[in-house]
Amino acid sequence: MDNPVPLSRASYPRIAPLYRFQWEAAQNAFVLLFPEGMVQLNVAAGEILRRCDGKLSAGEIIADLRVAFQSDAIDADVEAFLRSATDDGWVEWRDGVTP
Amino acid sequence: MNALPNTAGVPLWMVAELTYRCPLHCPFCSNPVDFAKVQSELSTEEWFRVLAEARALGAVQLGLTGGEPLSRPDLERLVAEAHRLGFYTNLITSGVGLNETRMRALKEAGLDHVQLSFQDSTRELNDFLSSTRTFELKRRVATLIKAHGFPMVMNCVIHRLNIDHVDRIIDLALEIGAEYLELANTQFYGWADLNRAQLLPTREQLERSEAVVAGYRQRIGNRLRILYVISDLYETRPKRCMNGWGSTFMVVAPDGLVMPCHAARMLPGINLPSVRDASLAQIWLDSPAFNRFRGDHWMPEPCRSCPEKTKDLGGCRCQAYLLTGDVGATDPVCDKSPLHSKVLEIINGPRPLRPAIERPLVFRTPENSSRLLADATQPCD
Repeated sequence: MDNPVPLSRASYPRIAPLYRFQWEAAQNAFVLLFPEGMVQLNVAAGEILRRCDGKLSAGEIIADLRVAFQSDAIDADVEAFLRSATDDGWVEWRDGVTP
Repeated sequence: MNALPNTAGVPLWMVAELTYRCPLHCPFCSNPVDFAKVQSELSTEEWFRVLAEARALGAVQLGLTGGEPLSRPDLERLVAEAHRLGFYTNLITSGVGLNETRMRALKEAGLDHVQLSFQDSTRELNDFLSSTRTFELKRRVATLIKAHGFPMVMNCVIHRLNIDHVDRIIDLALEIGAEYLELANTQFYGWADLNRAQLLPTREQLERSEAVVAGYRQRIGNRLRILYVISDLYETRPKRCMNGWGSTFMVVAPDGLVMPCHAARMLPGINLPSVRDASLAQIWLDSPAFNRFRGDHWMPEPCRSCPEKTKDLGGCRCQAYLLTGDVGATDPVCDKSPLHSKVLEIINGPRPLRPAIERPLVFRTPENSSRLLADATQPCD
């Protein structure tokens, strides 16, 4: 897409009820669990999804991650991840607002 | 050529076969045909120990199955313990025995997901194949599962007698609100192997059904995710055995034997370890059974020097044994196997025109299991 719809930073993403998000020490990673399946998340994906608790807006998540990763150049990556996580059904948005 | 590592991975998936008791009698059941000889089921406390040891090894997905796991009155306690340990718990059930009371108790215990089996989209064939009158019950159970907010996988084993109903089976999954539909073509082990002549679909049937599934996928998108697994026999390359023997899966049988796959119990010369004699860590890491087909040291040619060995890891050991008599042979599904003709004989051989009529199905019953056991142990004259 040349001009993706801007992601609404005022809405609240959270892990969809079909999925369970947890830390797995044996894999040294966060994972998403779902019926008979699992996705092992890389560090960045894990740090984004652990903040998708329905209490932080997308804007607040991005601000928090800028601090965590000590970088101002992460906005586009986080937005792209949230978009694809939404397409995959991992994440849903409160107030019916989707990016 | 790079050698494959011999080391054990993390057993992410544990399947707990809680019992071989089952109210259904499906002629394609993956349980061993000699299940009648298994008498002594693990106790609640033994399962608690097994669950804790599996979790400590890194297991995270737990399949609670059987037989029918609801035949165990302690199922709710086992789910609660598994949940406490951090497992994602999958109940794999026929639905028989799942009433409002047990459903609520399972929810409170922390059950994550229910996989409900149907044998067909029609009452007549569902009830014929399971030798029960359970079709209407299964539909009521599906409503119950959704009313309690569980994600639901509908599972239907596919074979010659129902493969032409794939469209209606998908419609049924949509109607009952399943998130996933598993259309699993029969793999021919155990009971299904006894009934292979009646159950193996024709190539035409298979191709038609694949087109139907592709059409539905396009139309319905993500509303229902359809997993369609075709029978190995029509492939020219084998599948990995359970993602690799002893790499990801372990199955604990009702009597505590630990197996790398559901069907491994029938393999000769493999001394399956038991949780009653050793810890799961000893079994997973050190037992000869789990190490037997790790890596590539065991592989014969053409596997050993094959560039594709890292993909399929030599294929399925049970299929190799059933079709060649040698558990260490290249899976004959592979068209590089010197014994691939065994597979061609099966798929191109003569078929009964009216499968279940010319030759009756052997249903999975304790009586049939005992009879087969007696036949197998009869001394030769």
